Amino acid sequence: MIVKTIFSGFGGQGVLMMGISLANSAMNKGYHVTYLPAYGAEMRGGTANCTVAVGDEEIASPVASEPDYLIVMNLPSLFTFQNKVSAGGSIFINSSIIDARPNRQDVKTFCVPCADMAQELGNNRVANVIMMGAFIKKSNVVSPDIYLKSLEIIMGSRKKTLAEINRKAFAAGFDYIKD
Amino acid sequence: MNKVLMSGNNVIAEAGIRAGCRFYAGYPITPQNELTEYMAEHMRNAEGGVFIQSESEVAAINMIAGSSATGVRVMTSSSSPGISLKQEGISSMAACELPGIIVNIMRGGPGLGNIRPAQGDYFQATRGGGHGDYRTIVIAPATCQELADLTMDAFDLADKYRTPVMILADGMMGQMMEPVIFKKPKPRQYPEKFMLRGAGTGKSKFIRGLLLDPIDSEEHNWKLARKYEVITKNEILHEEHRVDDADLVIVAYGTAARIAKGAIKRLRDHGMKVGLFRPITLWPFPELKLRALSAKIKNYLVFEMSTGQMLEDVRLALQGYANIEFHGRPGGAVPTPAELANVVAKIYDKKD
Amino acid sequence: MAKIVFKHPQSLKENIYHYCPGCGHSIVHRLVAEVIDEMGIRGITIGVPPAGCAVLAYNYFDVDMIEAPHGRGPAMASAIKRCLPDRVVFSYQGDGDLAAIGIAESLHAANRGENITVIFINNAVYGMTGGQMAPTTLLSQRTTTSPAGRKKELDGHPVKVSEIFSQLGGTTYIERCSVSSPAGVNKTKKAIRKAFQCQIDGLGFSMVEILSLCPTNWKMSSIDSCKWIDDVLSKEYPPGIYKDNIAEAKKTAEAAP
Repeated sequence: MIVKTIFSGFGGQGVLMMGISLANSAMNKGYHVTYLPAYGAEMRGGTANCTVAVGDEEIASPVASEPDYLIVMNLPSLFTFQNKVSAGGSIFINSSIIDARPNRQDVKTFCVPCADMAQELGNNRVANVIMMGAFIKKSNVVSPDIYLKSLEIIMGSRKKTLAEINRKAFAAGFDYIKD
Repeated sequence: MNKVLMSGNNVIAEAGIRAGCRFYAGYPITPQNELTEYMAEHMRNAEGGVFIQSESEVAAINMIAGSSATGVRVMTSSSSPGISLKQEGISSMAACELPGIIVNIMRGGPGLGNIRPAQGDYFQATRGGGHGDYRTIVIAPATCQELADLTMDAFDLADKYRTPVMILADGMMGQMMEPVIFKKPKPRQYPEKFMLRGAGTGKSKFIRGLLLDPIDSEEHNWKLARKYEVITKNEILHEEHRVDDADLVIVAYGTAARIAKGAIKRLRDHGMKVGLFRPITLWPFPELKLRALSAKIKNYLVFEMSTGQMLEDVRLALQGYANIEFHGRPGGAVPTPAELANVVAKIYDKKD
Repeated sequence: MAKIVFKHPQSLKENIYHYCPGCGHSIVHRLVAEVIDEMGIRGITIGVPPAGCAVLAYNYFDVDMIEAPHGRGPAMASAIKRCLPDRVVFSYQGDGDLAAIGIAESLHAANRGENITVIFINNAVYGMTGGQMAPTTLLSQRTTTSPAGRKKELDGHPVKVSEIFSQLGGTTYIERCSVSSPAGVNKTKKAIRKAFQCQIDGLGFSMVEILSLCPTNWKMSSIDSCKWIDDVLSKEYPPGIYKDNIAEAKKTAEAAP
């Protein structure tokens, strides 16, 4: 199995962090993994995206021409990437700021108002972790435990309170998606 | 040592420092900036480590030449246009027999081109690149793990043969993160007699490439040529992937080889027996290994992110004993495994 | 008792110079070698000769040397000094090497305040290649590539290296001298010694620009060449100390923990 996911949004929304945290947790689970960020001139102008491939076999291309999952944190990302998603794939939408919906019928769509939820939690910056909660629930690429442990390792020695709020944020996103 | 998730650029830098590299000079250019930044951050914590952000790639290569002469392990890195600038110094290091590592994280060309991954610098890398009769060892890893292992090995090769060694990767390899385990580097073996550190009370030395007498110069050229022959005999690396039962073999290196592996998986799922021959050292090219393979496999597809450069080495290796097709995507275009699989499938149907 | 008043410097090999009769390089080589002898630093000195007439300097200096590609001496010298901070590292450059093809490497080494010494030979012409225009060639001066004389509209103006480099924050000691007279030669030697001392004391970038003779390419006798330096060249490039922050740099160095 190889699962490919594209994370995309504005710079500052923690889009690359979403990818790196997924890649780290997949590595810690023992999977093969590649993480490929958009770089250079294409990052200027405020957009950011990255691609994570996770597999139980060697990963050939780190590029996702047909990602299984797409996480869009802003509207331009939806327009850019929605048609790449493989048939039967899933699109996660930051519905707090994206009103549009995919114009395809062959993909599943999950709307998560992660920016509003982050505000409710009192920290605007955890919208990405909330979205990761929703994504992990649906994709099941790694277990919540491994994800949260890996996230803590990446955040390093930063404040304990940060780990706490991340846990809460992740749980909020995880619980938001119904089985 | 645990597995760590690192980008190719950072892996090369970390492997270099672990291998004892204590001098780095470079000039920012995308897509290899993270390597320069990593060196800036970490060289200062390495004992005796020196980092200089040079005023140009020309200065950088000459800085590492000077530093190498003092007996320090050295590295510089750049991307295609910057590597063109370094050629003067690479030629000079080859002439003066100074070890050093030059990293080329290739991007689209010619000219300024773009910053996407490409493989258009194959000729420049494998034919010497600068002026004069010389070669550089060229190593083309295809995974971050190989970047770690082969960067360390590159330092040993550079010392062993007192010659510049190039790590040839591309923007994809530089930017991509993969899990990596760093091995323990071998202890360095580099005799003090080659180091220029002041004459002390002894005889003074000089290091030079200038040999005005053509007979001296000819002898020096032959001496280098003999060294290159030894390298060609002893230092070839390559990988064969699913060739045992193959009817057709893709020849590709670096990122292109990764894509080829993806294509092979798809093709095999459809019953097509396709394998991969991946040169890891591009110079010396695994010529005899490929020729040996042609005894039983007669169909080859060279796949490069260029208009066809390694293609010439494959032709030289196969010497007309096999059919050779080519698929290329130059200028920074990165094809998908699916696209390559389609190309291969068409050729596969027509093959003998 | 016989007293030795003149001998071959230890830091100079006993080879016969390939330089033309009357060439300034021979004088400057000797001065540098004498200074190295007198300071007792032969064993710890590393020289970087240029491309140009002095490309064969390693045939003459009996110290460790490494040849740099054209203009890259200061980049190489910077790296050598950074790796071996207790050695004395000098780069020996001509006007094409320093002020044209290697202006970037020279200026940035100076600006970084690399603790090296540059011996800069300014003879207003490209010697080795046969007398072409240099960046330091005077206006209206005839060379093989400015046959009608250097024109500012076409060729720009003479580059005043000492003046420019003295403006850089990284430089500590810069002096322009001339070897056109015995007094000038003595002054030049003093300046070279001061520059090396500046480096040994760890005070930063030092450079001695030397107005030097090229009778062959100037198509003059040696005596006329000396006169031309005094009467013409030194009017465009006045000798003197352009920067001397040695005392200040010493204070700063002593104040540092």
